[in-house]
Amino acid sequence: MIDVIMPQMGESITEGTLTRWLKQAGDRVERDEPLFEISTDKVDTEIPAPAAGVLKEVLVKEGDTVAINTVVARIEEEGGAAAGPKAEEAETAPAEPAVTVPAAAEAPAAEAPASEPQAPAAVAEAKAVEAGAPPEAPARGEVKGPISPLVRRLAREHNLDLSLIKGTGAGGRITKQDVEAYLAERKAASMGAARAAAPAAEAAPAAGVEKVEPVEPAGAPKIRVEAMSTMRQKIAEHMVYSKRTSAHVTTVHRADVTKIVKLRNALKGQFQERYGFSLTYMPFFTRAAAQALREFPLVNASIDGTNIVYHNEIHIGIAVALDNGLIVPVIRHADALSIVGLQRAIVDLAGRARAKKLKPDEVQGGTFSITNFGSFGSLFATPVINQPNVAILGVGAITKEPVVTADDAIAIRSVCFLSLTFDHRLIDGALADQFTSRVKEILEDWDEKVL
Amino acid sequence: MRRCEYRELGRVRYRQACELQRRLVERRKAQEIPDQLLFLEHPHVITLGRNAQPENIVAEEDVLRRAGVEVCETDRGGDVTYHGPGQLIGYPILDLGAWKRDVAAYVGALEETIIGALAEFGVAAHREPGMRGVWTKNGKIAAIGVHISRWVTSHGFALNVTTDLDYFRFIVPCGLTKPVTSMEREGAQTGCSDVAAALVRHFGRVFECEMVLGERTEEMAS
Repeated sequence: MIDVIMPQMGESITEGTLTRWLKQAGDRVERDEPLFEISTDKVDTEIPAPAAGVLKEVLVKEGDTVAINTVVARIEEEGGAAAGPKAEEAETAPAEPAVTVPAAAEAPAAEAPASEPQAPAAVAEAKAVEAGAPPEAPARGEVKGPISPLVRRLAREHNLDLSLIKGTGAGGRITKQDVEAYLAERKAASMGAARAAAPAAEAAPAAGVEKVEPVEPAGAPKIRVEAMSTMRQKIAEHMVYSKRTSAHVTTVHRADVTKIVKLRNALKGQFQERYGFSLTYMPFFTRAAAQALREFPLVNASIDGTNIVYHNEIHIGIAVALDNGLIVPVIRHADALSIVGLQRAIVDLAGRARAKKLKPDEVQGGTFSITNFGSFGSLFATPVINQPNVAILGVGAITKEPVVTADDAIAIRSVCFLSLTFDHRLIDGALADQFTSRVKEILEDWDEKVL
Repeated sequence: MRRCEYRELGRVRYRQACELQRRLVERRKAQEIPDQLLFLEHPHVITLGRNAQPENIVAEEDVLRRAGVEVCETDRGGDVTYHGPGQLIGYPILDLGAWKRDVAAYVGALEETIIGALAEFGVAAHREPGMRGVWTKNGKIAAIGVHISRWVTSHGFALNVTTDLDYFRFIVPCGLTKPVTSMEREGAQTGCSDVAAALVRHFGRVFECEMVLGERTEEMAS
């Protein structure tokens, strides 16, 4: 067996991500034929096979990042000069399930993939394996037509061999629907097979491999590695970028929102009836913030090098939690909207954010942001600034608390914490507190009509 | 001294440019031609790299169609990006075996080339630690995406000269990526041709090769 290793693509490079296998376990490969692709630092590289033979073991999955010189696969040589049959014939060889042996810890350091031919003993073994394989074992073969990234991703997620799927798209191209149909079929088949049960299963293990959902063995692996979605990567990048850019400081004020809670309770039925969507607290906080931003334009600014950019318009981004991420659609000219207008905008943007129907300019150009972690029960948090803003207002959960009132009585009031994270490069604590106090004041002394 | 032929091809459709590169890569591998550096512009196109997720195109299909933006899959790595008029594309077809077998050094050299050329136009640019491409204080001005097969390079860099940056909005998910910028926005009054000439000078300096204007063969014109 010849070890195929993750090559070193440069002096400073210590690892590489295996992005794609161009051959599958069981495929014949020619020496120097592209075998897999790796990605290092914006560069994608095709790596050729170090020797001709059959790709026996694939040890590293697509999407995994491993250290250089890690063994990623093993090729069983077909002895001597036997150039051997080309792909078509090789495809009748058994498609072995990918073996999930952990990659050998330390492969010998080598400059290039090893290519010394190995002992002929291996050849006999190879023949034996081939002879014993059932002829109808599924092969990972050619796939008709180009494969869309969506289909490729589905195949990866479900560990599918696309050559087994019949394409119904243009030119036999596999569509998303084809994959879904195949998955449904496979699920039904595996349920049927389970009922038909034991004896047959043992007879044809190889044939069953593709049909049965993988089951974790008793000694299950201790970790599971999964590639981040692109959105996750973007969020990660953005968060770190923001932390590196701004001098984050958070100040927390407590607001008595009893008046607003009462107002909302009194109006919510009528509101729902009249407008067809419910009244939440978010428009109140947004309205209060918009008003305060008008009075403190520095909080609505951004930094450009050594300049301060004052935005004469107030566009407020509202953080919306998605299933596996977060997006900040922007309410444009938020200061020009009434409570009804704000609520309508929030319902619309949040709904379309979750349906992934936002237009590009609806997530751009915000001058300030609000995040409502209180809806998940958080009392207060220290949000990260949404660049290039210089502040973000976090709204904590509204709770009923015993409060000492101005006339020294103890009363049950609805309160919440307002946390303002501000960029201390531009905004000093005094200003941040003036701004947050103003938001609090507007909320506590709410005098605006809602309906 | 190694020789590198450069050519300005004008506006070339993305697929066509990929096909041309594929042929040149094969000829370069066979040592039939010296290193090549192609300059061109693409009509509006959004390209999806190998690992791109289509949902990162945030614009609706009909919005793209009305804006005349094509969508292409490509064998370049990475995610979704945009190319269009006013963006100078450089595709070096180099045999790194004759230079340095080091992809990081290669990308670094491309960045150095671009930074050097930008300086001629008074645009201060730099590298961002941990990220590829070339940056000014206002955002990313040049993107890099490379494919290598047997140490022969293809794809390359895209430098925003007078690019209409609004088009990047079609692909920016959640407004979460950092802003993009262009030479125009940085205050440089220039066009793709002058920038290409500067890039040629700096490319020769950084890669230590003699830059020769290549002929416009039929293959290039196709």
